[in-house]
Amino acid sequence: MNQTVSILIVDDEESVRHSLYNWFREDGYVVGVAKDAYDALEQMEKTKWDILLLDIRMPGMDGLELQRRIRQVNTDVIIIIMTAYASVDTAVQSLKEGAYDYVVKPFNPDNLSHLIRNATEQLSLKSENTQLRNNIRQISCGDEIVGQSPQMRRIMELVQTVAPSDSTVVIRGESGTGKEMIARAIHCHSPRRYFPIVPVNCGALPETLLESELFGHEKGAFTGAQTRRKGRFEMADRGTLFLDEIGNISPKMQMELLRVLESKQFSRVGGNQTIQVDVRIICATNKNLEKAVEDGEFREDLYYRINVFTIILPPLRERKSDIPLLAQHFLRKYASSMNKSITEIAPEAMNLLVQHQWPGNIRELENAIERAMVVGKPPTLKAEDLPFQLTAQSGTDESQPITLEEIEKKHIAQILKKTNWNISRAAELLKIDRVTLYNKIKKFQLRK
Amino acid sequence: MAKVHILPIEYPDKSNLPELANAVANEFRWPVVVDEQPFDMQFALDERRKQYNSSQILVALHSVPIGTDDKIIAVTTYDLFIPILTFVFGEAQLDGPTAVVSIFRLRQEFYGLPLDNTLLEKRLIKETIHELGHTFGLHHCSNYTCVLNASTYVEEIDLKSQHFCDRCRQEIELKTRVPL
Repeated sequence: MNQTVSILIVDDEESVRHSLYNWFREDGYVVGVAKDAYDALEQMEKTKWDILLLDIRMPGMDGLELQRRIRQVNTDVIIIIMTAYASVDTAVQSLKEGAYDYVVKPFNPDNLSHLIRNATEQLSLKSENTQLRNNIRQISCGDEIVGQSPQMRRIMELVQTVAPSDSTVVIRGESGTGKEMIARAIHCHSPRRYFPIVPVNCGALPETLLESELFGHEKGAFTGAQTRRKGRFEMADRGTLFLDEIGNISPKMQMELLRVLESKQFSRVGGNQTIQVDVRIICATNKNLEKAVEDGEFREDLYYRINVFTIILPPLRERKSDIPLLAQHFLRKYASSMNKSITEIAPEAMNLLVQHQWPGNIRELENAIERAMVVGKPPTLKAEDLPFQLTAQSGTDESQPITLEEIEKKHIAQILKKTNWNISRAAELLKIDRVTLYNKIKKFQLRK
Repeated sequence: MAKVHILPIEYPDKSNLPELANAVANEFRWPVVVDEQPFDMQFALDERRKQYNSSQILVALHSVPIGTDDKIIAVTTYDLFIPILTFVFGEAQLDGPTAVVSIFRLRQEFYGLPLDNTLLEKRLIKETIHELGHTFGLHHCSNYTCVLNASTYVEEIDLKSQHFCDRCRQEIELKTRVPL
């Protein structure tokens, strides 16, 4: 019944090895025996054992010394120390050095069964824990950073470099470039990944609300504070606090924040108890902080306090080679969530996506794909499904300048198409008279 | 034809042996004989513990002449132990020919309770079938009603039945099909 659990018995007495070997084999365990510590170390090198039963008194190397040696290379194995001579000192010593339990020979059969059953339970909990941690990692780090451009590769290198440390990171970039995704990637690769990453949009909250949001409040601290509430700093304890739009906070909050960042201590609003937290700070902004410091809008001391490590995210238009990958990524994402079997993007649609300037960056691209997925029909996403089809100017690539005349031609063609070549309606929309429109149609050789 | 040998050692009251033989024969569907040959267990006595080493008895039982595929189980009134444990109800050679079971701790009197021969017989039958199950290579079973469920208390023996569960039954049927 326990075929997967393996037990190695280490005892210099043949009769003990023999009895335990038979006893455990009847329970279906995989059992091995070692006559001394050296034999045990040899067997540990050859095979992975789950549980070790070590006799404390053995000639040559004793059980405690063997345990020390094993622990240096293997922290997972469960070690149970056996002895015929009970002494509190050795028991405490062995437990201090990482033994799971300590038993005195001979054992009561029931105690032995319980001991092994508990150790087996611990093994399965350990393995379940590892599995769950992997699952958490997969879930919380599931939104992978998409991009193969040299800029994105460099950014991922920076993420990997800074993640294991506790340094404050400032992520800068235009709106929609994925600053929060990068913050999450740093958190996911850091030792804090099993604790929360708590985002706060500093720009979205007025000063008083932000203070209560960050530090929490005591009951009755202000009108409406009917219960005590934990702040984001407390919620992020042992994890990461992501302060988005840090450039938009008020001077008073800048001062408060600086004080907390320096001391890692704060009090809830309306409270006098000092709370200590262990938080890593990641900030993001699309503001030019240096200019804000120059203009006196951002405290210089806070700027130097947070500006330990900076990651600058390029706008999407500067890494166009990533657009097809990102588009495919969002296509798969929405195909799955909308349960639609759209599997590819037509080449002309992809051209349009690549040509577009994306002022809203990745967020805009994602929205465009989401909208196109709503209107598009399987199996291919077509150019006409894209939302910026009709706004030619926004889809124009700045790297290929066109003349005013060309823009006029395109615009008239679009209006005519929209009005189904109703000249009166088109002229009305263009705010020109019908004769002028006819002249322009002739001039630009437009056809229905 | 392969058979099971029951060998009473230091077992004065043999009144429950016919019922034991009958129950074993029913469960394994093998012929069962109660052997009456002298077997001295004193070599296995541990003077300090005042108990008999069951592992040594298993080895010594190899000297009793039985058929190639036969199994032999000694039943005794002596208290048994293996060096690492304070006591055992019985022991068997996993997938081997020998086993031993003791009624020493199966008796109600051992626990200060009134003698109960019916209960003792039931416990003896269960432990004998259990140990013989091991000689056919079967491991402990997690089904608490199965005779192969491990018991470290007599109460646990009382809880289980004297029969194999369906899964162990299938396994034992395969194992007991030896060439006749």
